[in-house]
Amino acid sequence: MTDAMILVTVLRNPLSTSALDAKGWIALLTIARAEQLIGTLAHRLAGQDIPVSVAAILEDARTNAEYQKRTALWEADCAHRALASYSGKVVLMKGTAYVAAGLKAGEGRHIGDLDIMVAQSDLPQVEAMLLNEGGWEWVKEDAYDDAYYRDHMHELPPMIHKERDRMIDVHHTILPVTAKPRPDAAVMLAEAIALSSVRPEPVEGQQARDVLPSCPSTGSGRTDGLYIFTPPDMVIHCAAHLIADGDLTGGLRNLWDMHCLLVEFDSAEFWLELQSRAQHHQLWPTVQRAVRLSFQLYGTQIPKDWHSWNAQDKGYIARITARDEWGRGTRKFIRLIFYVRSHWLRMPPLMLAEHLWVKWRKDKR
Amino acid sequence: MHEFRVRVGPASFRIGSAWEAPLVEMRRLYQGYPTPDIPDFTVRLEATSFLRRFIRPSVAINGDYMLPDAAPLPLSQGLLAAEMGMNLQMALGWRRQLILHASAVEKGGKALIMTGVSGSGKSTLSTLLGLKGWRFLGDEFALIDPVTGEAVPYPRMISLKNQAIAAMEEHAIGARFGPLMQETPKGDIRHLVPPVDAIARMNERAKPALLLFPRFGYASAIREISPSEVFMRLTQASTNYVALGEAGFHALTRFVKEVPARAIDYQNGDEATALVDQLWAECA
Repeated sequence: MTDAMILVTVLRNPLSTSALDAKGWIALLTIARAEQLIGTLAHRLAGQDIPVSVAAILEDARTNAEYQKRTALWEADCAHRALASYSGKVVLMKGTAYVAAGLKAGEGRHIGDLDIMVAQSDLPQVEAMLLNEGGWEWVKEDAYDDAYYRDHMHELPPMIHKERDRMIDVHHTILPVTAKPRPDAAVMLAEAIALSSVRPEPVEGQQARDVLPSCPSTGSGRTDGLYIFTPPDMVIHCAAHLIADGDLTGGLRNLWDMHCLLVEFDSAEFWLELQSRAQHHQLWPTVQRAVRLSFQLYGTQIPKDWHSWNAQDKGYIARITARDEWGRGTRKFIRLIFYVRSHWLRMPPLMLAEHLWVKWRKDKR
Repeated sequence: MHEFRVRVGPASFRIGSAWEAPLVEMRRLYQGYPTPDIPDFTVRLEATSFLRRFIRPSVAINGDYMLPDAAPLPLSQGLLAAEMGMNLQMALGWRRQLILHASAVEKGGKALIMTGVSGSGKSTLSTLLGLKGWRFLGDEFALIDPVTGEAVPYPRMISLKNQAIAAMEEHAIGARFGPLMQETPKGDIRHLVPPVDAIARMNERAKPALLLFPRFGYASAIREISPSEVFMRLTQASTNYVALGEAGFHALTRFVKEVPARAIDYQNGDEATALVDQLWAECA
């Protein structure tokens, strides 16, 4: 039976497409779309000898990725302007950060919402500025959900822009506050790098690898720009998002981010720093697992002492690749296990029971 | 999954269905259309739940591109579900040409494009003209090539709604119709297979020569319409103008500069065709 390993194989080794027949191509393209990796696939296969009909589909994907990048940077710009008089750091996260910094992980990447992080104590101020000056508004007016976000989540309830119809997620840390690991958000913020010191504008075809890993954290109190995490924190957030938050939906995409970041940041010092930072953020097992999975699926070069084997990794891979040639999610039971796990990770048992009770009663009404 | 593949103009589809019935109907209607090797899009007609595959079957419209809260349809409207799925793929995924929500017909290598809100009669008008010496290019999407400015035919099944069904049943004698689907979310719907030449010549492009904004139900009239307003209305009529970025802007500004535009009001088909003939002679 076909699963998403067909996509993993091609992302890992683009030349392997020479073995594909029409049926194989259809499965590859459909799964890549379902996993939101079609733009990435288009980048990986650029310049290769492929069937004409496939080339046209990938060209559409490239056009679309350009559009998403343009829109993501524009949204970041708009948020930046709305927060012009805010004196704290505004850190771009995930896809928007990758394209803004010109990282490989951003090439062809699907980008949905704008994710930013600010200091927890500044949330009321930032929220007010986005609502009053930026033109964003709340997505849902549900008192329970609103209170739930504010009390227990790592982000404000999602806001959507009135005119542009784009969502913004304002984080104050990288995991729900009810989760077991407690990452040190204050340190992440304090050491975040000014985007202007990396590159003011992303330049086509040029990589940030020369600039970014050696880039010192500013620490200069520069407050007029947007920021990104340091390389280790960026990887740690990626791992936390992939492994410790959610049910691994979009796992192949997040793991591709992981692979690209690790390839780009690779150096002896980086791996040492990644370990000590992951330990500091209480996310060492999480980061280890994400690095292992990246190695196992995408063949990422990782240091020898990171090669360990874990019995559960197989389960993760089965979940991440659970997709058939029609783009349908498969392996219902494994999906269910990871779904239950995501709630288990997010909150302690008693709280989970209460949460499900409230949600169930709301559904009944 | 039962499977059916079809190419309509430049776009090709793979329809997968949990039931055979909607695809039997599609095979009948899309007879004579080419079958693609590697389709551009996948549409899936799936049961909303395990039970709903068998008991009061309910069709969820899924595929490469999906709407988060698309309402499912009863199996008797499976053909409509497939058509809606195909339209959705085009509207959300197509990037090769600028898509205008418009109908189009051709004569002498030149294209007449008609755009307007639902109920303006653009679909019925294009079908009527297709029976009166024009070549039918499409009743739903006009595709404008960003490089050449040409209209690329997209002659999908014509989707007749409500009163238009009876009207066309009278006119299109001997044509192939789909089943009458009553009380769908869009009212009564019946599909009509486009004329033979529309399908045979679906790869032949045409130069846009006239743009009309038809409006049904008002006394016969012709109004000038400013280029700025045409531009604004077309940005709203396009599903991929923003996504195409600079290429979309150039395609649209060029279209507005080169193609004369008029708004027309009409109360019946004869009035409309008379107005079209008059404007075509004056402008195109």
